[in-house]
Amino acid sequence: METNFYNTPGKHKGILAWVLSTDHKRIGLLYLSCMTAFFLTGMTLGLLMRLELIAPGRTLMAASTYNALFTLHGVIMIFLFIIPGIPAALGNFMLPLQIGAQDVSFPRLNLMSWWFYIIGAAVAITSLFTGGGAPDTGWTFYVPYSIRTGTNVSLAVFGVFLMGISSTLTGLNFVTTIHRLRAPGMSWFRMPLFVWSIYATGWVQLLATPVIAITLLMLMAERFFGIGFFDPAKGGDPILFEHLFWIYSHPAVYIMILPAMGAVSEIIPVFARRTIFGYKAIAFSSLGIALFGYLVWGHHMFTSGMSDEARMIFSLLTFLVAVPSGIKVFNWVASLYKGSIRLDTPFLYIMAFIFLFSIGGLTGLVQGALATNVHVHGTYFIVAHFHYVMFGGTVFAFIAALHYWFPKMSGRMYHEGRARIAALALFIGFNTLYFPMFVLGWQGMPRRYYDYLPHYQPLHVVSTVGSWILATGILLMLYNLFRSLRTGEKAGDNPWGGTTLEWKTSSPPPVENFEKIPEVTTGPYHYQ
Amino acid sequence: MNEQDNHIVTTKTFAAVWIALLMLTAITVSVAKMHLGAFSAFTAIAIASAKAGLVLWYFMHLKYEKRLLKFLLLVPILTLAVIIGLTFVDVWYR
Repeated sequence: METNFYNTPGKHKGILAWVLSTDHKRIGLLYLSCMTAFFLTGMTLGLLMRLELIAPGRTLMAASTYNALFTLHGVIMIFLFIIPGIPAALGNFMLPLQIGAQDVSFPRLNLMSWWFYIIGAAVAITSLFTGGGAPDTGWTFYVPYSIRTGTNVSLAVFGVFLMGISSTLTGLNFVTTIHRLRAPGMSWFRMPLFVWSIYATGWVQLLATPVIAITLLMLMAERFFGIGFFDPAKGGDPILFEHLFWIYSHPAVYIMILPAMGAVSEIIPVFARRTIFGYKAIAFSSLGIALFGYLVWGHHMFTSGMSDEARMIFSLLTFLVAVPSGIKVFNWVASLYKGSIRLDTPFLYIMAFIFLFSIGGLTGLVQGALATNVHVHGTYFIVAHFHYVMFGGTVFAFIAALHYWFPKMSGRMYHEGRARIAALALFIGFNTLYFPMFVLGWQGMPRRYYDYLPHYQPLHVVSTVGSWILATGILLMLYNLFRSLRTGEKAGDNPWGGTTLEWKTSSPPPVENFEKIPEVTTGPYHYQ
Repeated sequence: MNEQDNHIVTTKTFAAVWIALLMLTAITVSVAKMHLGAFSAFTAIAIASAKAGLVLWYFMHLKYEKRLLKFLLLVPILTLAVIIGLTFVDVWYR
């Protein structure tokens, strides 16, 4: 049997061989398995929320339980799943392979990041069952309610704080790795675009995450000591919290979406059998998004009582950030032109990504315009919009990348037929679940409400049915991947005919990634 | 960065920087008592930045670092400056 990183004995045995490993591949898989568990938890909470909303009034649970559920759904999906998301799981596994390195720059720091993540997650989950019970503030922890509520906000916030440390360290590690450990001959413009996106993300993680750390510490200080940062009676300002929170949390949106865009840029050339159109434009638009992403946080606060001047500036900047996203979408579509397209599962998900992300992105502009924002702010329109971007965008690209790199990570191929059925169920379920929310929001259905007027019911029912289809698709997709780990056919080293470096080593890769560090002589997507 | 490099900084320099820091602190305190309105935060931030700059430059030996490191330090500082500036567009005009 060929030696790979699974069967090469290390210092430890059993579970310790994983949780104490400094191998980037094992750490990536640790993240991946934890995140899958958290995702399924968050999904179950979402299903319960949808079930509650199938009819007006009380259906399943009390209003306070519902408040805790949507908070948990948000906290778990955002902080435990989608922010570590693609960079920590797939980035960890693929980044060193793609640049021809043996590991990341700081393997021990990498392991420490995972420990911070898992301890933070444990603390956040403990907060549900201890103290005053599960937090009910929504994932944004807005003051003054988050200061006054008797629920266990402090502990949950501390958990998020720890996960923030994890994210910052991961960003630092990746930026350093990309600067220092590229294989000989791999100049900046010979790097795969996934690496470019991880690089841009790394900078955002590094520079933005400390802001949320400070904000959450201020919130804790406020809860314990009542200092008055956010209390007008003591000279504070409640909007300051919203500023600080979104100064991180908006760039965090780009922490989520940039690696997804990187994965898309990686998959398209392989399945269109031609080089990517506008390599440099895509690379620089990643940096452009990272840069502009810092400057648009105010668009979350248009109705919070900011000054008009600030609102106008933030609105303008919001429109500008759409430009690099548009550049990417046009380049991807142009890359397909005259390509010899293979409609395998990863590509199907990518097509769904482009479609759903475009809807999500364009409805973002509806909210970026000041006049329409006042109308749709705090309604289901927002809920629909960010699920189209985060789920339809990031998660669809994540699933695409998971299928694309599955043979590299496991050495086996998933069942193509089942994977396609799952992709179809996901696409149909997703749109049935979230599209009605645009209409509901436009009609005035407020988000986070437990109850609603009877005339909203038909669309709520459609949406709930969609949640069942979507969940079925997700379970089928995961079942297929898990089953294929054991029963899938041997995939070979390069089943897709990819040209980037990760396909030049065996599947699964050996501990040191390459027999011999490859020499790079061409760009990443070199097809004849 | 070479740890073998020992830069002899005279006690006189250190003392001068220390006195400068004390004076800047005194200015912060006295300025806080004048009601400068919209400019109070601006002055406080300017003085704090000057102090942090002195500490970085002399006490933390940034003066002897390579140009790349100095440049890299500018990145987070500029980011913060822009972020604080944008926040003040709200505070000042509200």
